[in-house]
Amino acid sequence: MNLTLFVWRQKGPREPGRLEQYSAENISTEMSFLEMLDVVNEGLIRSGREPIAFDHDCREGICGTCSQVINGVPHGPQEKTTVCQLHMRNFKDGDSIYIEPWRAKAFPVIKDLVVDRSALDRVIQSGGYISVHTGGVPDANAVLVPKEDAEAAMDAAECIGCGACVAACPNGSAMLFTAAKVSHLTLMPQGKVEAARRVCVMTEAMLKEGFGNCGNHYECQAVCPKGISVQFIAKLNREFIKAALKAEA
Amino acid sequence: MILDGKCPAGALSDKWDDRLRELKLISPANKRRYKIIVVGTGLAGASAAATLGELGYNVEAFCCRDSPRRGHSIAAQGGINAAKNYPNDGDSIFRLFHDTIKGGDFRAREANVYRLAMLSNNIIDQCVAQGVPFARDYAGYLENRSFGGAQVSRTFFARGQTGQQLLLGAYGALSRQIRAGSVRLHPRTEMLDLVIVDGEAKGITVRDMVTGKIEGHAADAVCLCTGGYANVFYLSTNAMGSNVTAAYRAYKKGAFFANPCFTQIHPTCIPVSGEHQSKLTLMSESLRNDGRVWAPANKTDRRGPNDVPEPERDYFLERKYPGFGNLAPRDIASRAAKEVCDEGRGVGGSGYGVYLDFTEAVRRLGEEKIRERYGNLFDMYEKITGENAYKQPMRIYPAPHYTMGGLWVDYNLQSNVPGLFVLGEANFSDHGANRLGASALMQGLADGYFIIPYTIADYLARTGPGKMDAGRPEFNKSRDDAGALIRRLLSINGKKTVNEFHRELGSIMWENAGMARSSEGLERALTLIPALREEFYKNVKVPGSGEDMNQELEKAGRVADFLEFGELLVRDALHRNESCGGHFRVEHQMPDGEARRDDDNFCYVAAWGFRGIDREPELHKEPLVFENVQMTVRSYK
Repeated sequence: MNLTLFVWRQKGPREPGRLEQYSAENISTEMSFLEMLDVVNEGLIRSGREPIAFDHDCREGICGTCSQVINGVPHGPQEKTTVCQLHMRNFKDGDSIYIEPWRAKAFPVIKDLVVDRSALDRVIQSGGYISVHTGGVPDANAVLVPKEDAEAAMDAAECIGCGACVAACPNGSAMLFTAAKVSHLTLMPQGKVEAARRVCVMTEAMLKEGFGNCGNHYECQAVCPKGISVQFIAKLNREFIKAALKAEA
Repeated sequence: MILDGKCPAGALSDKWDDRLRELKLISPANKRRYKIIVVGTGLAGASAAATLGELGYNVEAFCCRDSPRRGHSIAAQGGINAAKNYPNDGDSIFRLFHDTIKGGDFRAREANVYRLAMLSNNIIDQCVAQGVPFARDYAGYLENRSFGGAQVSRTFFARGQTGQQLLLGAYGALSRQIRAGSVRLHPRTEMLDLVIVDGEAKGITVRDMVTGKIEGHAADAVCLCTGGYANVFYLSTNAMGSNVTAAYRAYKKGAFFANPCFTQIHPTCIPVSGEHQSKLTLMSESLRNDGRVWAPANKTDRRGPNDVPEPERDYFLERKYPGFGNLAPRDIASRAAKEVCDEGRGVGGSGYGVYLDFTEAVRRLGEEKIRERYGNLFDMYEKITGENAYKQPMRIYPAPHYTMGGLWVDYNLQSNVPGLFVLGEANFSDHGANRLGASALMQGLADGYFIIPYTIADYLARTGPGKMDAGRPEFNKSRDDAGALIRRLLSINGKKTVNEFHRELGSIMWENAGMARSSEGLERALTLIPALREEFYKNVKVPGSGEDMNQELEKAGRVADFLEFGELLVRDALHRNESCGGHFRVEHQMPDGEARRDDDNFCYVAAWGFRGIDREPELHKEPLVFENVQMTVRSYK
């Protein structure tokens, strides 16, 4: 099939960007979206133009690197799917496709479709872990974990850190991302010890990085390639209130 | 030269304790005076950097991805082995050791593998303490499943995303050290060279992938944790960014490259769908716990899978290997699938595929249970192929997945270049000629959490801290050389793209050094690769400049290294005139088609030393001695 692409091109962080038009020809329905872009890029290189820069790596939906807004939706039209797992059978011959980078205050554009998501790393660095040293830990079965808790923790821990939740949020909030990590660790008995401190420092770090507040739009859940539920945001809020009460007492 | 792995003498089970007793220590106050560079932040790199930082060393961590959470360890699906024997099914440290040595077709070091089996239990404890949400039973205890090459259930797992969860555990530990200031992180930074001063590794040269700036970093020791080289085949299950550059450039600076021909072709990957294909996707080995592998018994059978009646199906793994059935090791299962397809019984459009069928498991356990166990894998399969594997069997075919070969290291994980340590998939040490499933995660974390923290201190204590700075002439020269290569690549301005060269190299490698290798094919590859390399430097087109983000330039540098490294791999495969594990030379097979080892002549590690691009490398041998297992013909029947 043949497609018309409108792709965001931007030379650098401080340069202005704009949508440029390209045609993608003889695209097979078996291709992934990124393989379609590979074909377009090969054509651009051969004709002496600079290829479109975009982030991608594992191409199997787990590393969280790929990050494109396709026709206004982060990761495109298919539910629970990263761009790399989106296949061209979801498009029709003659379609026009708009491709843009993640847009959020906390994610400055580096080049074309590539953005800087290190703010998410800094949110984790503030306290998104259990403060255990290597060695000197008890036997793995010494602390039992109820199956339901382990499953719920895993539902949250599946977050791939892609940042689609931020890109979809009208406030550019990283609430779903932060809530997923807070919930995962709080649901595990090993993580309960630091739960109060963790939720406070991570929330603070999130605001400091320029992410907005949660306005309960739930756009984040709608685009999350791992289907992470907004119920975890409610859990974060509960943990936050508990921590505040604890601090007052 | 005969290489010495410097394994401790004495009983197998005492070796590591004996070594720990001999290793020098560094006092807490002195540790902060030492700087250590860690390149790569997958499982091995993140666990090493975190642990070294925690101990008080001054760590500089580098990764070429935008975040350390994205190392390709993240894609490991099925699980991690440990000899906990929680299921009470007869497992032990010795049995895990024995399975791993046998699985590797007797081409790994006994002492290393035993240590790995010992440390496997500590890893599970550590990961649970980090909050890794492993699968649990209703009483709250850890669950296990089986993997290929084992008759016990020793694999711990977190749905089909075990690698992700373990890496996020290590990434958490690393993040904590970044916060504490003991680790400095350099994301989107690629290592271009190893800097050697007076014969010892004292730093690296890197390129900032955003600004293009090339700079040197000096340290007291360097740890390479940069993964494997399966992308030399172009199509593999590795991430697009996985490459051999760091390891290969260290090789060019004097580090020996061991057993490069030991590559693993994984049996259960989604088949190639066309020319445009950019990578292949693995379907976890754990699927073989419940899925049955088959192909039509008759060549002419063109019916859909559900229309082929039971008697006309050939469950070839169950037929050939009744003892292990569908859980035969990877190399054996891959070759069996290839044989079936070569006979013309393959399925799918290309004829290069066999079925992995869950019908019976769904009948036995119900769709819900199968969904709980493998739901994410079935979803992924449907996204890629558009087919529902609950209703019709998956189509699978072998693909390059993991590389057992890597930089040569001794028992302390130190290469032949003092001060250069190599961890995880980037070294050659533990898997011999074939790696068993769920062992890669185990090795990466054993190296990073529990081995390097001890062994690196011994080296550092002997050298003294902080003598290096990046202003020395060796660093200047390294920077100049790295810059010159970049300018050369940008100046060629030919007609073919980097991908075209990579694809051509991949096809040469897959045809001649893939699942079946012959001296004829390998000789052919030895003429084709240098010719392609020559064309590359005349006709490649790398657009843009070196002064900003340039993804084509990054790729060009990596493909340039693959074009040299591929030749080394082929040379090693040609010299190893035997079949063992994943290295199958068609000239050396049993009457039933199994691999025929030649222990009299090839029971050694082949470690190659660089002598120049167009000169044959020098072969060094480390003899392998087996004192605790009997070398047998590997049988899974």
